[in-house]
Amino acid sequence: MTIHFVVHDEGDSVGVVVVEGLRAANRINGWIMDQDKMIEFDAKSDIPIGHKLAIKPIKAGDAIIKYGVDIGKAIADIAAGEHLHVHNVKTKRW
Amino acid sequence: MGMNLKGSAFEGWRRENGRMGVRNHVIILPVDDLSNAAAEAVANNIKGALAIPHAYGRLQFGADLDLHFRTLIGTGCNPNVAGVIVIGIEPGWTGKIVEGIAESGKPVEGFAIEQNGDINTIANASRAAYKLVKHASRLKKTRADLVELWVSTKCGESDTTSGLASCPTVGNAFDKLWENGNTLVFGETSEITGGEHLVAARCRTPDVAKQFMAMFDRYQRMIEANKTNDLSESQPTKGNIEGGLTTIEEKALGNIQKIGKKCLVDGVLDKAEEPTGPGLWFMDSSSAAAEMVTLCAASGYAVHFFPTGQGNVIGNPILPVIKLTANPRTQRTMSEHIDVDVTGLLQKQMNMDDAGEALLDCMLRTADGELTAAELLGHREFSLTRLYESA
Repeated sequence: MTIHFVVHDEGDSVGVVVVEGLRAANRINGWIMDQDKMIEFDAKSDIPIGHKLAIKPIKAGDAIIKYGVDIGKAIADIAAGEHLHVHNVKTKRW
Repeated sequence: MGMNLKGSAFEGWRRENGRMGVRNHVIILPVDDLSNAAAEAVANNIKGALAIPHAYGRLQFGADLDLHFRTLIGTGCNPNVAGVIVIGIEPGWTGKIVEGIAESGKPVEGFAIEQNGDINTIANASRAAYKLVKHASRLKKTRADLVELWVSTKCGESDTTSGLASCPTVGNAFDKLWENGNTLVFGETSEITGGEHLVAARCRTPDVAKQFMAMFDRYQRMIEANKTNDLSESQPTKGNIEGGLTTIEEKALGNIQKIGKKCLVDGVLDKAEEPTGPGLWFMDSSSAAAEMVTLCAASGYAVHFFPTGQGNVIGNPILPVIKLTANPRTQRTMSEHIDVDVTGLLQKQMNMDDAGEALLDCMLRTADGELTAAELLGHREFSLTRLYESA
C-alpha cells in the first residue's frame, strides 16, 4: 500500500505529502510516524510532493502544530485536506 | 538490534599531531584573493596538488580578521591534509598562516608575491609543491579505532522530507557515534529558531545551555537589526519553500532532528574553533551550506553528513561530504549527487535503525577511501564566513 502522506505526531495539525502528482479528490493514506498508525483522508487540493495538507480544520490565527510544536500561525481559515503553505501560514518569529 | 560500533576501525593517515585523516591532500592555500591565480597555477603544474581559491583576506580587521586566520590555519591543520603551500601577496600575513599550520607539525612552506612577481613565485612554489606531493604519496595508511574519526553535520536545500527522514537518519547515526565516544559537531545558529528550547534542554549542563542561548540570542539580535522582511526566501530559502517548508520554526524542528534522541550537547564552539575533547559540540555558525562545511573542516572534522531534500550539490575541497536524501523525486532526478538513499523510510520499507546503519556503513567506506558523490563530481566549495565589512 502506498503511503501518500506522513504525519510526525497524532497531535499535529498537518501531514506531509510524500508522493508525486497528488490530485484533489484522491482518497489518500496517511502514516502517523510516532504512534505508527494509519489514517485515510480526502485531499481537497492538488498538492506537490513535500508540501503539507491540513488534517484538521484550522481557523485564521490558530497555531499550526507539527512535531508536537508550534511552527507558525494560520492567516486564513484552512479546511481539513487543503494545501497549507506560505499563502495561508506565517512565521511567528522575525 | 543495532550496529555495534565498538571495535569498528578505518584506515587513514596518522598525522604528526596524532590526529587521523581520511584523505591525503596537498593544498595550495592563498592568504588573499590576489594570490588565487598563483595558487591555481601551482596546482596546475603539480598533479596531486589542490588549490583552494577564495574571495577574501585584504583589509580585514579585529574579530573578522581573527576568523580569517583561524579558518585558513585550521584548514591547513585538518588531518585530511598532508602538507600545505601558502601563497600571499606579502610575507607578513603569509608567515602568520605558515606558523599557525606549522604548530600541527605538518610540512608547510610560504611564498610571497611582492618583490618576486607571479612567475617566480609560481616557479618556487611549484618546486616546493613537487616535493610535498612526492612526500605525501609515500605516506602509508594505518588502522585506527572508529573513535578517532571526527564527524560533522549540516543539512541543506532541506524540505519536509529532511525533517521526516534524512535528518533523523543522521540523528540515529549521531546517537550511536556519541555513545561510542566520537567527536561530533552541529551548528546553524539561525536555523534553530523555534526549537532553541529543545536544544537548550539537551545541553549537558546549565552552563553549556547558557553559552548556547547566548550564541542563539546574539544571532537573533543580528537578524533583527538587519532584516527588511520576515526573511522568507532567505531563511527558509526559496528552495526550502519550493520543497514545502513554510516557516523558520518548521525548518528548525527538522534541522535539529540531526542531533538524535540521546546525544547531549557537551559544549559550544566559536566558528572554526577546534573542540577540546570528544562529544557533541554546537558551533555558532551560518546556516549557508558552504560556509558551515568550510568551518567544520577548519575545526578539524574529517567526514561530514549532509542530509538534503531538494538536492543541494555541495562538496568541500578537503572534507568528504556524504549526502543523503529521503525525497523520492530528488533521488529520481539527481541520484548522482546522493551517497545514501533513505527514501524507503517514508514508505515503511526501512526503519530508522536500518537507515542509520546504511549511513554509518557509507561513512566507514568513505573513511577507508571510497569517493563521495561530491568528490567524484568535483564539488570543492570553500566559503569564508565574514563578520562585517572590510576597512
